[in-house]
Amino acid sequence: MTPEQPTGSAAKTAETPETAETAEPSSEPLIDVQGLTIDFPTGEETLRAVDDLSFRLTAGQALGIVGESGSGKSTVAAALLGLHRGTGARLTGTVRVGGIDVGAASVRELRRLRGGTAAMVFQDPLSSLDPYMAVGDQIAEVHRTHAPHVSRRAARERAVTVLDRVGIPDAERRSRSRPHEFSGGMRQRALIAMALACEPRLLVADEPTTALDVTVQAQILDLLHDLREETGMGLILVSHDLGVMAGSVEDMLVMKNGRAVERGPVGTVLSAPQQPYTRELLTAVPRVETRRTPVAPAAAVSSASGPDVLLEAVEVRREFGRRKDRTVAVDGVSLTVAQGETLGIVGESGSGKTTLGRMLVRLLEPSAGSVRYAGRELTGVRSDLQMVFQDPVSSLNPRRSIGESIADPLHAAGTLTDAEITRRARELLERVGLDPQWYHRYPHEFSGGQRQRVGIARALAPGPGLIVCDEPVSALDVTTQAQVLDLLAQLQRDLGLGLVLIAHDLAVVRQASDRVMVMRQGTVVEEGPADRVYDAPQDPYTKALLAAVPVLDPAEAALRRAARRGSDGGVLRAAAG
Amino acid sequence: MTVQDVLTPGAGEPAAPGPAAGARGAWRRLRTRPSAVVAGAVLAALILAAIAAPLLTAIAGQDPYTYHDELVDSASGGAPKGSFGGVSGEHWLGVEPGTGRDLFARLVYGARVSLLVAAGATVLQVVIGVSVGLAAALGSRWADQILSRVTDVMVALPMLVLAIALTTVVPDDFPRPLLLVLVMGALNWGGTSRVVRAQTLTLRRLDFVAAARLGGSGPLRVVRRELLPSLAAPVITYAAILLPSNIVLEASLSFLGIGVKPPTPSWGQMLSTATTWFRADPMYVLLPSGLLFVTVLAFTVLGDAVRTALDPREASRLRVGTRKEKTRD
Amino acid sequence: MTDRFPFPGVRFAAKRLLGAVLVLLVLSAVLYALFYLVPGDPAQLACGERCNPAQVAQVREQLGLDEPAYAQYLHFLQGVFAGRDYSAGTSLQHCAAPCLGLSHQNDQQVTTLIVEGLPATASLAFGAMVVWLTLGVGTGLLSALRRGGATERVLTVLTLAGTGTPVFILGLLLLMAVCAYLQWLPFPSYVPLSQDPEQWAWNMLLPWLTLGLFESAKYARLTRSSTLEVLAEDHIRTFRAYGVSERAVVARHALRGALPPVIALSALDLGSMMGGAMLTEQLFGLPGLGRLLIDSVRSVDLPVVVGVVLVIGTAVVLANAVADVLYALADRRVVLT
Repeated sequence: MTPEQPTGSAAKTAETPETAETAEPSSEPLIDVQGLTIDFPTGEETLRAVDDLSFRLTAGQALGIVGESGSGKSTVAAALLGLHRGTGARLTGTVRVGGIDVGAASVRELRRLRGGTAAMVFQDPLSSLDPYMAVGDQIAEVHRTHAPHVSRRAARERAVTVLDRVGIPDAERRSRSRPHEFSGGMRQRALIAMALACEPRLLVADEPTTALDVTVQAQILDLLHDLREETGMGLILVSHDLGVMAGSVEDMLVMKNGRAVERGPVGTVLSAPQQPYTRELLTAVPRVETRRTPVAPAAAVSSASGPDVLLEAVEVRREFGRRKDRTVAVDGVSLTVAQGETLGIVGESGSGKTTLGRMLVRLLEPSAGSVRYAGRELTGVRSDLQMVFQDPVSSLNPRRSIGESIADPLHAAGTLTDAEITRRARELLERVGLDPQWYHRYPHEFSGGQRQRVGIARALAPGPGLIVCDEPVSALDVTTQAQVLDLLAQLQRDLGLGLVLIAHDLAVVRQASDRVMVMRQGTVVEEGPADRVYDAPQDPYTKALLAAVPVLDPAEAALRRAARRGSDGGVLRAAAG
Repeated sequence: MTVQDVLTPGAGEPAAPGPAAGARGAWRRLRTRPSAVVAGAVLAALILAAIAAPLLTAIAGQDPYTYHDELVDSASGGAPKGSFGGVSGEHWLGVEPGTGRDLFARLVYGARVSLLVAAGATVLQVVIGVSVGLAAALGSRWADQILSRVTDVMVALPMLVLAIALTTVVPDDFPRPLLLVLVMGALNWGGTSRVVRAQTLTLRRLDFVAAARLGGSGPLRVVRRELLPSLAAPVITYAAILLPSNIVLEASLSFLGIGVKPPTPSWGQMLSTATTWFRADPMYVLLPSGLLFVTVLAFTVLGDAVRTALDPREASRLRVGTRKEKTRD
Repeated sequence: MTDRFPFPGVRFAAKRLLGAVLVLLVLSAVLYALFYLVPGDPAQLACGERCNPAQVAQVREQLGLDEPAYAQYLHFLQGVFAGRDYSAGTSLQHCAAPCLGLSHQNDQQVTTLIVEGLPATASLAFGAMVVWLTLGVGTGLLSALRRGGATERVLTVLTLAGTGTPVFILGLLLLMAVCAYLQWLPFPSYVPLSQDPEQWAWNMLLPWLTLGLFESAKYARLTRSSTLEVLAEDHIRTFRAYGVSERAVVARHALRGALPPVIALSALDLGSMMGGAMLTEQLFGLPGLGRLLIDSVRSVDLPVVVGVVLVIGTAVVLANAVADVLYALADRRVVLT
């Protein structure tokens, strides 16, 4: 696998990054954004997505743009390639990329810029590729757009070369596959290959790893890093995740509500932030190194084998499909949860953690095995076992007020009068930190975090002994995440609830759990007290997972990358050390 | 997924928990569309005229059944005397060629038949469609298989052919308008049933239904409280498409001579006799055609407006930005 | 997932066809039950109002109506698959393999009547399809690509008006305008293709335009919405973001996603047009299957009604299967089951 030699000015600047970085006036920066403001007219009012933003990027450098949802970071990325043309967005200020004024450029110039000078990698790799066309053909088409003299055949060969470069095994054959035949990580690799095909000087990556598992995320970030070293292209990395920045970019720009809050070298911003908002963000990021602060020292339960076992699952198993299509989602898992205890279940997509969670509350029936609550076998749903769901949008009925949703279990039980039910629902709203006056409001009037609080209130309504939380914070911004996790901890302390916390985010699970189970492909690979599992993992998979978690310290991130680049043994060493 | 899923509007699309949930927002959006307001006004006038048909004809001093042989020119085969199909102070829109019956009265009475049959058939189609769709989505796997196959056949078979065939087996003395309602209702519920089944299956997978089950709601309560309210929007939308197509169908059957029986007036039936008159008396073609056209167009425009009013996502669809940013807030 | 052999496609097609045959069997049974067992006395109908009881009894025996219901249906099926014999008075008439019975009106075989009606119906359907594919798909594409402009508005109004016009009104107006006033074309009267191709085309022109224009509105709407849907997808954004020209984006990526539903619907319509073009046939006096059905309904000629409905049903069910297969081939994301 010999990578293409970079050509043109990009290669020269790459060879001498120091001079490029310091020499100012002679060469124009790769990106020069001055006073950029973007408005979206939506009906009556105008939405200001980006507000007076200015930044530069020297050729070959990498800039990370980080911010929570609604901060305007993706809008900036799209503006760099002039993708707002014809969408009704209004731009003021100037955007210059590779010497072209994006706002004033002709269609022809703009087309040369897109892909030729600056290439974009999108968040969702499945929908970003044409489902009807072989991956190799798509890359060849893009290549030929920017190199019209290249023959079809040569373009196709180029596609195979770049696919090979981004680590697609058996690239010749796989280039004939359609996107749906690729895994998520491979699709993202293919998109990066498409970007590489035209040898751009700038890569704009908009949340490139958000849809991916943590181990795959690490691989993609490593790939981007290597490609940058090799070809000397510049990088704009847009993400909501501060963790992916440390090892991938030199400079960072923190955005909030369309404005730049803070900027500077990544190490400085992450270790010594100047602005309160950046500090707030950083405190909210859950860290995998941080031990859990004990919830209730008095009622601390170290082992679940005591007499107060609340929930017990024995060898539960669940299959989907029939005959040829049969897949085993959960393959003989046993667990116990005690009163007042939090069991964290962590795993990547396809590990069966959600299926397991649904079986625990009996929304799904196990194919085999049994679930017992308070010593009695479960035969169907019961009010003692409740659930908090992942998606704050679909977990509330859009056509019922939040008060009605919360009161629903009480109405269904039919033991209280209407007045009592309304009073109780208002109490619950207050309990989860919402205004009881909002009883009659509808879900769409609330933010994601508030809706998740409503979901928690509804779960509390029937007075359960145990709540299963299935990715309760994964759809939320990092500051909101912390608040919701705090709420759960507080409720547990006050009510002595048992909690099962299902999440893909290792740091979130550590922050909130007493004991942890690591799942992979339907089975439990490791189980134990949280600190033991995180500080001294036994199973190689747990070690690999922990090694892939992004860290906030650039130096540490570089070390881990070096370790990952080595053999499998390297991964293990990094995880163990 | 089959072709029919793709071609049935609304099927397969996720349920739309849009902003401003509930009827109020939709009503506001509907009122601000000029085309919808015009269409609504036209339909209101038409429906009023149909209801007040006896009154209107009384004011004109006419009725739809009396022959006026003196007003038609028997020499030319029965074309109305006078210009524009015999328009006069007494016969506002002229008279029918051949018989001399008052055209205004026949058109207004024809509107009654047309609207009544179409509305009745639509109600029947929606009732059957919703029941079958719900049963298929919520019933056992076997029930779903059988009902879905039956629905496939119902959707695939050409309605007009079956409607025509069915009218042969019914005794002559059975009231025709009722027969039309029954036949159209019994044959054309497939689309509604598909939309309802697809929507219900989508809704059923949503977490709020799981939450309701955990909260102790039984199956009936889940259907009533969680599913039906969300099904209202797609069902109304689909009914708004069905109504004009039922008007056309009734007119088509009458045009083929299989609709209401003479002397009951009907637009389609007038048009079928008009085929022999369009040279001698063009007004006789243009009036029922125009009326039918305007009615169907008004219903179609209104139906379109209702759909966009109930699904405001369409307007804000083409925004740049990551999906994540659009769904989060 | 990765195999490229035609086997899954073949299996899928076979499965669909088998399903289609089953549907037809059920349909024939239902029709048979409905027409022969529910209403009054078929023998009386066949014989006519003025027959005396003895004559009715004779007809009943001739037609095999004195047998139990299931035996009648089995005989009917036997006729379809193997042919059967009828005794008409003294002589014996053989009705060869796809035998759908004899007309009560004139003792002609239903199959013969249908075969006579087919050319006119097929001429109409295929010609109209050319019109709606060019006009409807063209209009739909144009209005999708010129989104937000004056072109789109005009086209939207036109298609909306088109969907609101019943086909017989369109035909009547065209007849009035083109034949009566402008006198560009003679009043159409059907000439078989085999007899005189030129006259055939001249006379079919107006029916083609009528039916084609009528269907165009539907196709314009479908093409427009399906193109807009694809254009709003993320992968279109990818190719735009890589500088691929708008024309190439539409031609190579958008159309590929937008056309499968159009093709599938065409197949469906072609199938149902075997009977669904009844209104056009009636209006222009084309001696097709639709006319045959209406005439036999008016004269309560049950075997012909059942036969024609079955043939139309067969066409529709087969077209459905073909449409599914076409759709699956065009859209590789559809899982073949």
